[in-house]
Amino acid sequence: MNGKVVKSLREAIELSGLKSGMSVSFHHHLRNGDYTLNMVMDEIAALGIKDLTLNASSIFDTHAPLEEHIQNHVVRKINTNYMSAGLGHRISEGLMEEPVDFRTHGGRPRDISLGITPIDVAFIAAPAADCAGNCSGKVGPSACGSLGYAFPDAMYAKKVVVITDNLMPYPLRGWSIPEIYVDYVVEVDAIGNPQGIVSGTTKITRDPVGLIMAETAVKVIQHSGLLKDGFSFQTGAGGASLAAAQFLKEIMVRDKIRGSFASGGITGYLVDMLNAGCFESLMDVQCFDLKAVESIRTNPAHQEISAMQYASPAAASAVVDKLDVVILGATEIDTNFNVNVHTDSNGYIMGGSGGHSDTAAGAKLSMIIAPLFRARLPIVTDRVSCISTPGRDIDVLVTQRGVAVNPKNQELMQRLKDGGLPVVDINELKEIAERITGKPQKKTRAGRTVANVIYRDGNVIDTIKSV
Amino acid sequence: MGKIIQRATAGTLESSDVLVTLEPAQEGLEIELNSVVQNQFGAAILETVQEVLKELDVQDARISIVDRGALDCVIRARVETAVLRGEGEC
Repeated sequence: MNGKVVKSLREAIELSGLKSGMSVSFHHHLRNGDYTLNMVMDEIAALGIKDLTLNASSIFDTHAPLEEHIQNHVVRKINTNYMSAGLGHRISEGLMEEPVDFRTHGGRPRDISLGITPIDVAFIAAPAADCAGNCSGKVGPSACGSLGYAFPDAMYAKKVVVITDNLMPYPLRGWSIPEIYVDYVVEVDAIGNPQGIVSGTTKITRDPVGLIMAETAVKVIQHSGLLKDGFSFQTGAGGASLAAAQFLKEIMVRDKIRGSFASGGITGYLVDMLNAGCFESLMDVQCFDLKAVESIRTNPAHQEISAMQYASPAAASAVVDKLDVVILGATEIDTNFNVNVHTDSNGYIMGGSGGHSDTAAGAKLSMIIAPLFRARLPIVTDRVSCISTPGRDIDVLVTQRGVAVNPKNQELMQRLKDGGLPVVDINELKEIAERITGKPQKKTRAGRTVANVIYRDGNVIDTIKSV
Repeated sequence: MGKIIQRATAGTLESSDVLVTLEPAQEGLEIELNSVVQNQFGAAILETVQEVLKELDVQDARISIVDRGALDCVIRARVETAVLRGEGEC
């Protein structure tokens, strides 16, 4: 009956039948504290297996050893939704022969479920698991809360290996991923460093520019006509977005507005909103901080969702399509409202869509919050250096010097004007910024393709060139 | 006029600021630029620095500019301050 528990990672890999040329997958709920990806890839390399496709929902700086595995041809191809600047820079410099395929948090499960990106062996880091592989992220020394992104891997991979540092008696209570999908269970000393699992960036901004943008963002929501009972909401973990959530909470509490849900990556600020009665439920695909982890463990109204339920266009329905308002960030936005969250101002990879384009496509009001310029770099450009989310899915840009509404949404434009908001043309925002910063010299996009940006419907929406 | 007699600095390495360091030199201007926005504003920054030095009649100096994305007005102010300090004026 205990047949699934194997003594070592190496044994699990051997039993899984992993061979050169196959595909392995990982989820990223342990974020920059993750040990499992490196642990598994080192073992795979030691076994002499090569030419793998690595399908990881996100790749962080802690995964720097991947560079060596790429150079040694252990990894031949990467599919991911997000890549931080560490490996991103190296990819941009031409580290890999094959381009990286970037997807979205909805596009990844779509393509896994449709067999477009089949997975041979999925490795699931589990903060708690029993001997049959029932597992959960809610308890244990490496608790990370939701395991949302790991669901498609568990359900569709040919073989599934659960890696845990917290083997519990069968049956584990409150499992997320059930034993029916799991082939092997391995116990290790630690799957991650709790310090790195929860983000240090989820703090409200104190920057006056950020606070002005947050106040304006909330006014936009108020005047959009969407802020009423049943309201649904998502926001990223950026400082200004969190400040907006805080201001929104004050208004919802004051006016006794009872929303239906908040979704996405969940922070303590959204937990506070739930507890204050602003929402009936949280729909959580990933926890960003300890308060969120504690909440999903103890509060039944704080619900775990899979990546498919969150955002997959191949699912019969998904949470993002029920969103009223999403607040998103941008490294660049152009005068056609296309948004870049993949590359920095010099064209280096330093991010990815994550759920950006999924939520932008689903929400009734998709808002970008961004300052007119960061350091000396204007945010509004003629053409973003990489299209992550197409302009047709963006309704409004909020800056410290005015609000630009996508002309396709005339109703919103009128509502905001009537509400006395500082509505300006996006071209004018670009000019205001350039009067202050000067006009930046444009670098030509040359070089070979180092990454494809695949929109959630499966089409390549842009390519990223080598730097 | 514009004689740099001592090493002087102005500014910081904070984001959106610039650190200007000035040293006496025998002959001519030697400007070293290191900027996070080199690709977008490298030429504009050099132009501004040269302009301010000319205005202040500085002909011989070694100047290091470590720029963290400062606006043009900030660069002007920092260079001017460094020059005045280098001349022993403040």
